Amino acid sequence: MRYLPLTDADRTEMLSAIAASQIGAAGIDDLYQDVPESARLDTLVDLPRHAGELEVSQAIGAMAARNMPASSVPCFLGGGAYRHHVPAAVDALIQRGEFLTSYTPYQPEISQGTLQALFEFQTQVAMITGMEVANASMYDGSTACAEAALMSSRLTRRNKIVLSGGLHPSYAEVVETMARFTPLEVVRNRPMAPMPGVHDTSALETAIDADTACVVVQQPDLFGVLRDFSKLAEVCHAAGTLLVVAVPEIVSLGALEPPGAYGADIVVGEGQGLGVGLNFGGPYVGLFATREKFVRQMPGRLAGETRDVDGKRGWVLTLSAREQHIRRGKATSNICTNSGLCALAFSIHLSLLGEAGFTKLAKLNHARAVETADRLANVSGVDVLNGAFFNEFTVRLAKPAVEIVDTLAERGILAGVPVSRFYPDRDDLADLLLVTATEMNSTADIEQMADGLTEVLA
Amino acid sequence: MTADRSQGRATRESFVADTTNPVTFTGNRGLDLEEPLIFEQDAPGRCGVDLPNVELSQSRLGGHERKGEIGLPGLSEPQVVRHYTRISRNNYAIDAGLYPLGSCTMKHNPRLNERVARLQGFADIHPLQPGSTVQGALALIDELAHWLKTLTGLPAVAMSPAAGAHGELCGIMSIRACLEARGDARKVVLVPESAHGTNPATAVACGYVVEELRSDETGRIDLDGLKSRLGPDVAAIMLTNPSTCGLFERDIVDIAAAVHEAGALVYCDGANFNAIVGRVRPSDLGIDVMHLNLHKTFSTPHGGGGPGSGPVALSAELAPFAPLPWLVHGDDGLALVEHGEGDASQALGRLRAFHGQMGMFVRALAYMMSLGADGLRQAAEDAVLSANYVLARLSSTLSVPYAGPCMHEALFDDQAFKDTDVSTLDFAKALIDEGFHPMTIYFPLVVHGAMLVEPTETESKESLDQFIATVEALVAKAKAGDAEHFHNAPRLAPRRRLDETKAARSPVLRWRPPEPETQSKEQGTKAAKDVKTGDALAASVG
Repeated sequence: MRYLPLTDADRTEMLSAIAASQIGAAGIDDLYQDVPESARLDTLVDLPRHAGELEVSQAIGAMAARNMPASSVPCFLGGGAYRHHVPAAVDALIQRGEFLTSYTPYQPEISQGTLQALFEFQTQVAMITGMEVANASMYDGSTACAEAALMSSRLTRRNKIVLSGGLHPSYAEVVETMARFTPLEVVRNRPMAPMPGVHDTSALETAIDADTACVVVQQPDLFGVLRDFSKLAEVCHAAGTLLVVAVPEIVSLGALEPPGAYGADIVVGEGQGLGVGLNFGGPYVGLFATREKFVRQMPGRLAGETRDVDGKRGWVLTLSAREQHIRRGKATSNICTNSGLCALAFSIHLSLLGEAGFTKLAKLNHARAVETADRLANVSGVDVLNGAFFNEFTVRLAKPAVEIVDTLAERGILAGVPVSRFYPDRDDLADLLLVTATEMNSTADIEQMADGLTEVLA
Repeated sequence: MTADRSQGRATRESFVADTTNPVTFTGNRGLDLEEPLIFEQDAPGRCGVDLPNVELSQSRLGGHERKGEIGLPGLSEPQVVRHYTRISRNNYAIDAGLYPLGSCTMKHNPRLNERVARLQGFADIHPLQPGSTVQGALALIDELAHWLKTLTGLPAVAMSPAAGAHGELCGIMSIRACLEARGDARKVVLVPESAHGTNPATAVACGYVVEELRSDETGRIDLDGLKSRLGPDVAAIMLTNPSTCGLFERDIVDIAAAVHEAGALVYCDGANFNAIVGRVRPSDLGIDVMHLNLHKTFSTPHGGGGPGSGPVALSAELAPFAPLPWLVHGDDGLALVEHGEGDASQALGRLRAFHGQMGMFVRALAYMMSLGADGLRQAAEDAVLSANYVLARLSSTLSVPYAGPCMHEALFDDQAFKDTDVSTLDFAKALIDEGFHPMTIYFPLVVHGAMLVEPTETESKESLDQFIATVEALVAKAKAGDAEHFHNAPRLAPRRRLDETKAARSPVLRWRPPEPETQSKEQGTKAAKDVKTGDALAASVG
């Protein structure tokens, strides 16, 4: 078998060395002598025998062929996962064995590559969010969001978490799951369809009380709506409450004011849009940034700069007294393995983009979305509900959105995300469709989408 | 034919090995290249991508436009490729050599897995596509779940957890939800003192009080001690089997029976499943719930710290509490249950935004299909054989706290270094100079100066022999009194020992641009003697 280097001769020789030692076991079965007899399997489990590369490739390839890749059709899906072009260099570099097949950098002298990359990643995340510090990644945007709620509670010693109705419902559910067996009380504001000219934050402001640890908002929100959160930040801070801003579409930060500029205390994000790809939802990379003064309550790993004994600059994992392997039950989080290689992919993509490329990419996304919105607004039975948006907006359809999406999928168009997928019980949201356009959407895509909608809505 | 020596460049006849340590002008040393941060390579106007120019008559950003500069550096593609190539060479990796980190299962990462995970049909599908367009992806998850259920003997598996610790959360939450449904969540989770730190951290995150269980003299859970502690306040035991000492919990069946008798449940940390795949089904041991690390047991790469994947196998009693989404067989093929209604009314909510680590699922299934029922069992046996071989060969060189046989990893303590002034850390650093990644050190905490060696089944005997010979030689050197050698190690790594105290005391967690005035001054004084080490940058962060 191709992954197993030991030959039968090796095994025999090794067993005799073991037999001659104090272990004294004569055969493989003796090495398993501590397993209770009732639990020893004498035969192979009921699964297929080993297979060659070709056979495995063909079997898995057949499963892949039964899916509809997003790039094979006009695709306008967003809702927390965004399709962007990943430069070829990103994948080539993350497949270097030195990055791909190394462990968490516990031995810094021989892990400087990973540590330097993480230090750069942390810096990039801090820069684009407008925050002081960032960690070395979380699992995804939603778990980063839940960790932010927990961290807010630790910092404020308060228990109430207020979630905006515009927060991605899956993020809100993860916060609820994580809070379920803790003293935290999670208050979810009701999600509302976008209304022209209505984008104030008063409903959140009135929800803040003396026990509110944080308010969690999203920019752009689930419906693509953009809001000015600076007043909310003032109200929060006057009440001793933290403002957490979630950014599921990280490319938006190339065009939008960073949350740090309008008073965010913690910024969480989904980094998937840069470097990572869709991957049917995972693995992704959670971004987590905050103020320097809060760093000792941060979850997750941190790379920090230091010197070696020769005075050379180098990096180590630091402030690990926050973490489970040191602090055990008193750790800030139970997280161990994070999303290192996805963080690297994110960082390489952003290094290729640089200031000019990142801002241009964001502008291009916005332009495609504007083109799409304007074209769809001309389709009978489609109302574009957003005034302002980045690359995702909400339309109201004359028929239930899920029916339209299923029908268009049969015609080879991935039209968007029906809001009912998140809120099946909300009849008032059943005709809403989230539409995203990125640099991947051509004018021809947009025409096909508009034509498709025209036909199925007629 | 004789070489023409008149050309002057041929090897000198009287070649003498150069043992000096020459200082270079660049700071580079042959193939070892010093590389500054990307932020220190910025030049305005450079860009590593070409994007079309955008014509936008009117922005729809509603006044939310970014106003200031971000500060991201501009680099061309060749610079970016060179940057990451250079820094990658400062990493040790399983591709390059033995990586015997105990408890981490650093086995070979097959490249077939990388190829199939990148198929468009998996890598380029959106998590919210209609179910009819992702049937192949759902079928792959279903197939992987079938393999995991067969290998664990447990009837259900929750696929969404993103890593081992995330799986622990899933498992302990499902236990708590189940106990609440029975009427009493109880208060205490028992954790052996040798456990991974994630175990107590997880139990606390689920609202439990953690109590540590002492080990007996064989390094295993003390069954009588456990029995005397069990009572109506105990919700669960979180154990690792094989344990973090590399030992099989001999009394596991009796432990599980006692725990169940007391109305509590058994959680197993599956970090060490590699030792028993295909030879022992956890269900036959009385385990109720167990996470599996696809990035350990099933060969998906560690990537310098993730992404992992931590599916959780569950008993029939716990299955109704598995987190959303669920994968079910429906009238129109496979479907996701994404809301807690009907059969899923007791389900935990979501643990993450989408369905799971699809990219890791594809890799893990490719690995499992490659090895098959016969190969998976052989892999487990070879892993155990290799660890016992290391244990046997080194038992007279290093000190062994618990008698073998061991499972997939061999545990040593630091008794062998007594009176040598060499610590476990020093010894690990000396291994670096010899070209090995050190073993796990100072874990588990129950053994003084622990060294936990997990060779895995993908090392050749030659590789194990070289490691064993190196350890023997180093121990002899330590015993001969050359502590200095160890205190100064590593000498030959990209960096020598790093000041971790300084890093923690005044944390520098990001690069910041140098202050304009101090920049030129610092550059002038520092650049000549210390090329590209960025003193000015470190000093500017406060």
